[in-house]
Amino acid sequence: MADKPRVAIFDFTGCEGCELNQLNFEDQLLDILAHVDIVEWREAMDDRADEYDIAFVEGSLSTPDCITRINEDRRKTKVLVALGSCAVQGGVNGMKNTRPIEEVRQEVYGDHKYLFPTLPALPLSSVVKVDYNVRGCPMTQIEFLKVFTALVMGQEPIEPDHSVCVECKLKENECVFEKGMICLGPVIRAGCDAHCPSVGQYCTGCRGLVSQPNLKGMEDILVEHGLSVDEAWKRLELYNANQLEGMRS
Amino acid sequence: MSQELSTTTRANLDIKVKHLTRVEGHGNIVVNMKEGVLEKARLEIVEAPRYFEAMLKGRSFHEAAIITSRICGICSLGHQITSLKATEQALGLEVSEQTVLLRKLLIHGATMQSNILHAYFLAAPDFLKVGSVFPLVGTHPEIVIRALRMKRLANDIGDVVSGRAVHPITPVPGGFTRIPTAGELKELKRRLLEDMYPDLLATVETLKSLAGAIPQFERETEYISLRNDDDYAMYDGDICSTDTGRVPDTEYLEMSNEFIVPHSTSKHAKVNRSSFMVGALARWNNNHDRLCELAHTAAGALGLEPGCCNPYMNTIAQVVESAHCAIESIAIIDRLLGDGLKDEQPNQEPTKYGTGIGATEVPRGILYHEYTYDRQGRVTAANCIIPTGQNLANIDDDMKKLVPEIIDKSKEEITLHLEMLVRAYDPCISCSVHMLDVDFIE
Repeated sequence: MADKPRVAIFDFTGCEGCELNQLNFEDQLLDILAHVDIVEWREAMDDRADEYDIAFVEGSLSTPDCITRINEDRRKTKVLVALGSCAVQGGVNGMKNTRPIEEVRQEVYGDHKYLFPTLPALPLSSVVKVDYNVRGCPMTQIEFLKVFTALVMGQEPIEPDHSVCVECKLKENECVFEKGMICLGPVIRAGCDAHCPSVGQYCTGCRGLVSQPNLKGMEDILVEHGLSVDEAWKRLELYNANQLEGMRS
Repeated sequence: MSQELSTTTRANLDIKVKHLTRVEGHGNIVVNMKEGVLEKARLEIVEAPRYFEAMLKGRSFHEAAIITSRICGICSLGHQITSLKATEQALGLEVSEQTVLLRKLLIHGATMQSNILHAYFLAAPDFLKVGSVFPLVGTHPEIVIRALRMKRLANDIGDVVSGRAVHPITPVPGGFTRIPTAGELKELKRRLLEDMYPDLLATVETLKSLAGAIPQFERETEYISLRNDDDYAMYDGDICSTDTGRVPDTEYLEMSNEFIVPHSTSKHAKVNRSSFMVGALARWNNNHDRLCELAHTAAGALGLEPGCCNPYMNTIAQVVESAHCAIESIAIIDRLLGDGLKDEQPNQEPTKYGTGIGATEVPRGILYHEYTYDRQGRVTAANCIIPTGQNLANIDDDMKKLVPEIIDKSKEEITLHLEMLVRAYDPCISCSVHMLDVDFIE
């Protein structure tokens, strides 16, 4: 079975919820293990490896050590897949970038701030080449299985670039705005089957922006539904502060 | 290894485990003995700091729980429920009895899932002398399949009741955006009775056969957990210490004094001694009298006794507690179905804007959240105190007592004992470096 792809799983700055979601494939885990050899996964196993075919990487980069490690990981792998919103677009960690970094460090550690080096939280793609994305917070499980299957079959995974609204309409959900709530679905990338609107919550934007978002239009709708302009941008920044930097007109 | 020493007078020992495996997050074990004197024995926390306060500042009360649940994927439900309780107290939002029952059901589900994950996937490989759960797929398939079935059911409680097991969706300030259907709850109950119950009995049998692999080590310490008069306190209660008894949760700062140490990006904590322990073993020691019969049967079979001060037994206490969670989940579902499910909307009209505290037992121990809101319902101050942070000083104290006791063993065996010790606490390192515990009033 030497030709099974060798898979490694790594984590940087994040909550490890995406990795946990991989252990949560209870119904598929044994099938997954039949098709690949997992050669390194610190959260679940002791083994370490020197090279691999596919690396799944969770978390954003936020310390000098992260930058060193991601460069090492990139050299050791043929394919690198970013897992979840922290890795793909910086995720919630990006919110700290909206304030001066020295101010943030001072607040948290006071005089001890230089004990713990920190950088602005960055998506993986700002430091190394990322081949594919599995988006979401936590990473969308159905999308992971699609990307995983495509890679194991030697196919090219396809990343959706239409808005959550498309999937929400296909599910025949009542529009979230019609319920007196706000929603970010119009500018957020689909692929989650509009899960949050389908269980009564608004789309909070975890899967990142579509490639050409109409942000002014989004701002107008949010303001029309009761948010201030500032509050509208705060809601958009929750997972997407890195992407939105400098885009507010 | 050639470094192994067999003499009883080992003078020098140098252990460094970088990025300990099978724990959540990044930690190093460092032990250093020179000329017979133990210079260092500690767990270094090297996880990247998260700076959650920068994320929360000025955020709407609708977003606080969404943000703080991202402190940790494994404890996301616990953070969410604790955050909601703090927000509701600060804003004067009353919640219904149905909301409380559904939240208790979620906590039982999340506790079972976390405890089972730890016992089977993270701790058991040590008992069976393998590096991960994956080799067990070939050698012990029935155990792996059972573990997956138990975890699936525990996660399904989260999926059904909260929309998603990791980073739940439907629990919001004032209630739920979606109420599960009677059919969904009945199906969960059927599986709890038909699958979880026998699987728990089988788990106890499996662990009984492995009990010899649990190191014998004792260190008496202070145990802190919630306690109330009604049940095995998970959702709420007073803060209870084995040293000083019960105090209300408003005194949480005194019961979790935090301080900064250079070897850890997570803050440490102490109360009446140099350290204390929280988590399943602390809950067992404080609240064993509130556990159901099945849990006591499991405890008896596995040799877990009240007043246990072997930290390695924390894993056993987790399994015992899981039995209680399963039985309580069935009782809660019966009550919800008996009362009839009501399609309630969440109560999101604040009656005041002030400060609120939430204290909840999550799998690794007591979790505290405190928020202050301005008149626009935006966060002006926040504080989260995390179970793993509370345990770090206790882990260091355990290591200092343990290393001299096992100094005659080989370096590999000492390292394994230390790794198993840290894993027994089931530390959640991402949580512990959330870095939220600062007021940012301007």
